[in-house]
Amino acid sequence: MIAQFPALQVVLPLIAAPLCIVLRRGALPWFITLVVSWAALAMAGTLLDQVADGSQISYALGGWMAPLGIEYRVDTLNAFMLVIVAGTSSIVLPFAYRSVIREIPEDRHYLFYGGYLLMLTGLLGMAITGDAFNVFVFIEISSLSSYAMIAMGRDRRALSAAFTYLVMGTVGATFFLIGVGLIYAVTGTLNMADLAQRLPPLYESRAVLAAFAFISAGLLLKLALFPLHLWLPNAYTYAPSVVTAFLAATATKVAIYLLLRFGYTVFGADFVFDIVPASEVLLALAIAGTVIASTVAIFQADVKRLLAYSSVAQIGYIILGVSYANVTGLTASLVHIFNHAVTKGALFLVMGCMAYAVGACRVESFAGLGKRMPMTMAAFVIGGLSLIGVPLTAGFVSKWYLVLGAIERGWWPVAILVLATSLLAVAYVWRVVEVAYFRDPPADAPEVSDPPLSLIVPTWVLTGACVYFGIETSLPVGFAEQAAQLLMGGGS
Amino acid sequence: MTPEALLLLALIVPLAGAVPIVLLDRAPNLREAATLITAVLLFLVNIALASDVLGGARPEFVLSSFIPGAPIMLGAEPLGVIFGLIASGLWIVTSVYSIGYMRGKKEANQTRFYTFFAIALASTMGVAYAGNLISLFVFYEALSLSTYPLVTHHGNEEARRGGRTYLGVLLSTSIAFFLFGVLWVWHEAGTVAFMAGGVFSAPPDTGIIAAMLALFVFGIGKAGVMPFHRWLPAAMVAPTPVSALLHAVAVVKAGVFSVVKVTYYTFGIDLLSSTGASEVFLWVAAATIVIASIIALRQDNLKRRLAYSTVSQLSYIVLAAMLANSAGIVGGALHIASHAFGKITLFFCAGAIYVASSKTTVSQLKGIGRAMPWTMTFFTIGAISIIGLPPTAGFVSKWYILQGVIDAGQPAMAGVLIVSTLLSAAYLLPIVYTAFFQAPEASGAPTHGEAPLSILLALGAAVALTFLMFFFAQPAIEIAAQIVGGV
Repeated sequence: MIAQFPALQVVLPLIAAPLCIVLRRGALPWFITLVVSWAALAMAGTLLDQVADGSQISYALGGWMAPLGIEYRVDTLNAFMLVIVAGTSSIVLPFAYRSVIREIPEDRHYLFYGGYLLMLTGLLGMAITGDAFNVFVFIEISSLSSYAMIAMGRDRRALSAAFTYLVMGTVGATFFLIGVGLIYAVTGTLNMADLAQRLPPLYESRAVLAAFAFISAGLLLKLALFPLHLWLPNAYTYAPSVVTAFLAATATKVAIYLLLRFGYTVFGADFVFDIVPASEVLLALAIAGTVIASTVAIFQADVKRLLAYSSVAQIGYIILGVSYANVTGLTASLVHIFNHAVTKGALFLVMGCMAYAVGACRVESFAGLGKRMPMTMAAFVIGGLSLIGVPLTAGFVSKWYLVLGAIERGWWPVAILVLATSLLAVAYVWRVVEVAYFRDPPADAPEVSDPPLSLIVPTWVLTGACVYFGIETSLPVGFAEQAAQLLMGGGS
Repeated sequence: MTPEALLLLALIVPLAGAVPIVLLDRAPNLREAATLITAVLLFLVNIALASDVLGGARPEFVLSSFIPGAPIMLGAEPLGVIFGLIASGLWIVTSVYSIGYMRGKKEANQTRFYTFFAIALASTMGVAYAGNLISLFVFYEALSLSTYPLVTHHGNEEARRGGRTYLGVLLSTSIAFFLFGVLWVWHEAGTVAFMAGGVFSAPPDTGIIAAMLALFVFGIGKAGVMPFHRWLPAAMVAPTPVSALLHAVAVVKAGVFSVVKVTYYTFGIDLLSSTGASEVFLWVAAATIVIASIIALRQDNLKRRLAYSTVSQLSYIVLAAMLANSAGIVGGALHIASHAFGKITLFFCAGAIYVASSKTTVSQLKGIGRAMPWTMTFFTIGAISIIGLPPTAGFVSKWYILQGVIDAGQPAMAGVLIVSTLLSAAYLLPIVYTAFFQAPEASGAPTHGEAPLSILLALGAAVALTFLMFFFAQPAIEIAAQIVGGV
């Protein structure tokens, strides 16, 4: 049974999706999704435990051996990603029950959960597969379902947000496919491990260079690195709360994983950093992204949108770590993938609580909520502190490694910049905190209170995780370091 | 009890004390009793710990493995013990005072006030007993955040603005400089531990040492070295007990304590004196001392005048540390104590005047000595200690700092000390003169009397400490001398 986990990880949610459509009555679709998601987490945890010693699991799908068949290959890095995706989903789903009832018409609930499961399938598949074309298939599964999910947002602008994402996402996926096609043309294989062996002699080939350009441009679009982030703010702002929380914590992160997988494992670090000036390009984009997106975030009137811009900035931090091209930098990126998933997950669940209790996420609608919704606002404060990177929160640990990596690389100005941009985060977080705790609500404001426990508990599980992983860092840092060494070792 | 257990208790007692304070929201008398009992317990823990440390124990306790190679841990040594004793001892006094003040002014949200006060004290204990550089940074930040709700207690526009400056300056200096310094030391020395004599086995260039030291001197914004001092006057919007304990003792002393600690246990005074890397910061501290005193001269608001006086006095300690010799370290440690006693007295008086008469500026104080003779007498004694005259604590610490200046061969700094003594007399004594010798503006019987009894009791205790540290200076000097291995 355990030997089949790599396949079941993806197949289970895939089969459950049509099941939701068939068994559409009442809470059944939600319940199926919840059980599947928890099962996926249990499987991901088992897989991570199995590869924690640095070994790899290779699974031939359908019994067809690679390179003919599709190979699923699990190592520390993608097992870590599987845990992040399945874990976020498992925490978000208990929250989803009431939140979805409030935000989505009842006759579409089964469609929502069906789509959600497909999204989960796609993201888990992207993380686990060891086949370049199979990656494209899963990108499409996750993207198409997420366009539909975003379009289910209450606001009519959700439709145009979904459409923009659809156009940009399709461009990204197409670029990726072109790149994969090119390397297939020159190497004759789609299996990643095979590609890694056949590409080095072809480093000077223009087809390989072009392939790398297409693949990385496509992935950078999906992971929303500045200036390819334009789809993200609207998509996050207008999507249903649950979708935003899940996507913000996982979708861009899996795309970053793919960038690392293709950069280090498939193409190889020598190619990426010596032949192509990836380090410099990524550095420039990452810095521009953090500074500009953080600044833009300060001026947002809608807190959900503010957090979306903050996500663009945080993606900049993750890519910054990648650009150092050293183990510490890569560790910083991987740790931040985890920590940011936890932090942003918590904050977007707070936005879900706001949407449930208040019905709006504008800055002024926070007035007086420090007293009226104490649990919700306390979660916002702690999540915000983690976003800033205050010690004893998860965000601090990321920042620690990010600065340390820059110092090791000898990039002093970058180290200073990382610290300085955290101050921008202080500005955008504190703006909201001040309104929540110091401004009195308008006289005609309706009575509001904390949402029911089924919303508060998942929010606080993630908020608690922000603090827990800020104090006890051995779990994320341990896996991140191991994965970073695996990637660096495999590349050189 | 083992010293390790005491160390842990020093952190846990104030945190645990916050729980009954929250639960007793509706029973103010019991709630205040909880604060007092917690404060007394904490002081007893600190005394027990102090006697162990003076007996030669150096307990350590790892709280969390945190980042590999950089655990969050507690550790006690003489300097931390001094700070722990002062902060916890004065917490008892301040709690007595708070009861009179908060009830006298009928302040709102008193439960929140006492709760965050307890949490702030826990953070202070964490700073005092931080076992390595990263732990020091962590507790330092915790202290900034836990005091924010106290600074903004009144919740009005002025409090919000003050809170913004407070948090803005403290967070930005600590994240941009202090944290950077910690990371640089970790990169350069491979450790964040505190070691007597410093952590650098292979000393880096003088320029690099000076640059790192700059990150700490300016990054530890709580030490109030100019130009990062503005948070302190801004914090004066807080209720007076907060200004008294936190912004004359716990928070600002956490700043200078950290500077002394880093100077001695991270850089090492031998390294600093042999390279001369700290010399430039003598001048930075000297400039802060003089400029802040001159600004204090021009303040009419009593609490603001005291705040600038604090900025000036804090840099005495920074200056003492930057002398990088034994007498300087001892003098700095003693000044942490003596300034704490003197300045808390002055803030208590400012609060007493405010409670009794609602007066906040120096010019309103004409003849107030007649209505409030006890308060103004205490004020006079506190002022004498801040100026540094015998028979008060201020004289003892200034004596040692002067000794350090002579040992370091810095005659110019002796000049700075003399000038600033005159300046502090110039901004404090006129208040005494106004209060006792000028006639009240409105003729007739005074409209108010003395402050409430609990305020006067707290004042008496603070003044007693000021005298005690002069007449029985030996124990304090012995503890301080233990930092540098006994002089």
